[in-house]
Amino acid sequence: MKRTWQLMVAALATAASAAAAETEITFYYPVAVGGPITRTIDQMSADFERENPGIKVKPVYTGTYQESIVKALTAHKAGQPPTTAILLSTDMFTLIDEDAIVPFNELATGADDQAWMKSFYPAFMANSQAGGKTWGIPFQRSTIVLYWNKELFKEAGLDPNRPPATWKEMLEYAHKLTRRDAAGNITQYGVQIPSSGFPYWLFQGLTTPNGVELMNAAGTETYFDKPEVIEALAYWVDLGRKHKVMPTGVVEWGTTPKDFFERKIAMMWTTTGNLTNVKNNAKFDFGVAMLPQARRRGSPTGGGNFYVFKKAPREQQLAAVKLAKFMTQPERAAQWGIDTGYVAVRPDAWQTAKMTEYVKGFPVAAVARDQLQYSVAELSTHDNQRVTKALNDGIQAALTGAKTPEQAMKDAQAEASRILRSYK
Amino acid sequence: MHKSSAWIHGWLLLLPAAALLALFTHWPIAATIWDSFHATPKGGRPAPWVGLENYQVMVADEVFWKSLVNNLWYGLGTIPLSIALAIVMALWVNSAMRGRTWLRMAFFTPTVLPMIAVANIWLFFFTPQYGLLEQVTGLFGIAGRNWLGDPSTALACVTVVAVWKEAGFFMIFYLAALQSIPPSLAEAAALEGASRAYYFRRVVFPLLMPTTLFVLVNAVINAFRLVDHIVVMTKGGPNNATSLLLFHVYQVGFSFWDTGYAAALTVVLLVILGSVALAQFFFLDKRVHYQ
Repeated sequence: MKRTWQLMVAALATAASAAAAETEITFYYPVAVGGPITRTIDQMSADFERENPGIKVKPVYTGTYQESIVKALTAHKAGQPPTTAILLSTDMFTLIDEDAIVPFNELATGADDQAWMKSFYPAFMANSQAGGKTWGIPFQRSTIVLYWNKELFKEAGLDPNRPPATWKEMLEYAHKLTRRDAAGNITQYGVQIPSSGFPYWLFQGLTTPNGVELMNAAGTETYFDKPEVIEALAYWVDLGRKHKVMPTGVVEWGTTPKDFFERKIAMMWTTTGNLTNVKNNAKFDFGVAMLPQARRRGSPTGGGNFYVFKKAPREQQLAAVKLAKFMTQPERAAQWGIDTGYVAVRPDAWQTAKMTEYVKGFPVAAVARDQLQYSVAELSTHDNQRVTKALNDGIQAALTGAKTPEQAMKDAQAEASRILRSYK
Repeated sequence: MHKSSAWIHGWLLLLPAAALLALFTHWPIAATIWDSFHATPKGGRPAPWVGLENYQVMVADEVFWKSLVNNLWYGLGTIPLSIALAIVMALWVNSAMRGRTWLRMAFFTPTVLPMIAVANIWLFFFTPQYGLLEQVTGLFGIAGRNWLGDPSTALACVTVVAVWKEAGFFMIFYLAALQSIPPSLAEAAALEGASRAYYFRRVVFPLLMPTTLFVLVNAVINAFRLVDHIVVMTKGGPNNATSLLLFHVYQVGFSFWDTGYAAALTVVLLVILGSVALAQFFFLDKRVHYQ
């Protein structure tokens, strides 16, 4: 019976004009396994379809960010790209250079569209605009914050409600929070800044407060060998190698929250995206603070943006813009932030009833938001992953003692200049 | 049947396999070699011919040389260790004893697990301070180390994971080979008063040689192929200390999107593997005793 019905509909559809056909958009979303996040995305897509009859959304879960861009760009090269995808904000220049995406200005031209593109935090737009055009719309964005264990603070005789505000203070605190056993082995470290995989991001949590940016807005120049950058790296290296208040060598990003739960470290630097994880797993009272300042406050932003692919048909692209608008409405942005721990991407999301209620019960959720006014763009240039690798290698070489901070940054800068010379 | 029709018949039988091989092996190899002489196409423009430039870049690429040297050490570590361990485990589970099935299963488990899962488990073994390894060394009062974060130990750590993963798989082949050795040989050796070590060295080991050749070929291939755990455990760090050739190819191809250069690196990998395989078949094959 159902079969006949489907056949009839199919026959009718063929008979009808093409204009009545549904627009289907494929939506690549970076998540590796099913779970609460895929359920939320499925729910949002279903809500969108109900509100926009005639548009069908097909979410495709594409693994990590790295796997997602590999899939999206390979599909683009084969001529069958997704309509839209959430990819790292830092992949913007790569996607532009591959001629894979269209700017939102071309698709969203109405007055309310203009207002929509202006509704986000400027710190998030820094990684979303280039050459006067908006290429990405912030969706799941994050920033680095400092988590501290209030119990260990108390044991060390520190005020459990007062996080370190400056680099000097963080070092002093870390000295007090580092413990040794009878044999002199360290059993608890004062602070931990992870350095595996993408140390450049955490490093920006040091260079930004030290008053220096790592690249220009056009993504054609880097400043890795500026004295402030070298100074920031020296501070990081010294925490481990000189002061012995942080584990030496390269510290794994993935196990850092676990180290914190196990009370092996008293303070950790990690993403706000870990907030829900820490809330659920820390068996002690913890605090969340902005990163300590040197010359100023500051932290890089991170996370993923909406992109619309160039080779998709125009009506699909327009539908994708509708989807991006729908998903970033204040109410939805607020709910998304509460569910995941990402920073709600626009100021008016924080004024919704839902969000004010949430922040009242869990005030640390607002720390990331308050830090945004001091935040800068995450390192992103042309040939981005190659340039970041040059910096990552330099940072790791310094942290493991293979090079001095100065040498490491000079080498990284030389490599980056060589890579970027063709984009000048 | 005519001679020519037999000839056609033979080729027709070969055709399905040959076509699949050509499509999925020979054609990609030829295309890769062709691509390695071109620059990377950007934004839909065709790729210009650059001749040997990609290979010149490679000579100057420090990460490439580092990866190559790392890969040699990785091979030198994984190949003999996994084969030796496989033989020892096979001999052990081949003897008559209680709980033999359980032991066999335990040894084989690492093979069944996906490499990504294995890497995640080992990540916590190597975790400083409270990881399994630290807890064990801590019992003996040895000071803690940052195993994966220190360039002097990181490569050894990822090698151990690969050995752990592979040995159980190779054990299965040795176990099969051991069971095909007639027991009369052991009885004859015992009657002659040969020690167990002598019997193993002069009788069992030579009889295992065909298996050893097969396992060796696989171990060599795996030494260049098994890099999944690098992605999870170190991402080639610290400072390229654990970057292996195939990992470097992946990074250049799918992180940097420099497909031309990635093709040139792949050709080098092909040449290395091809020559090792040829050497194994031509030289070693003559020394292997088939029953």
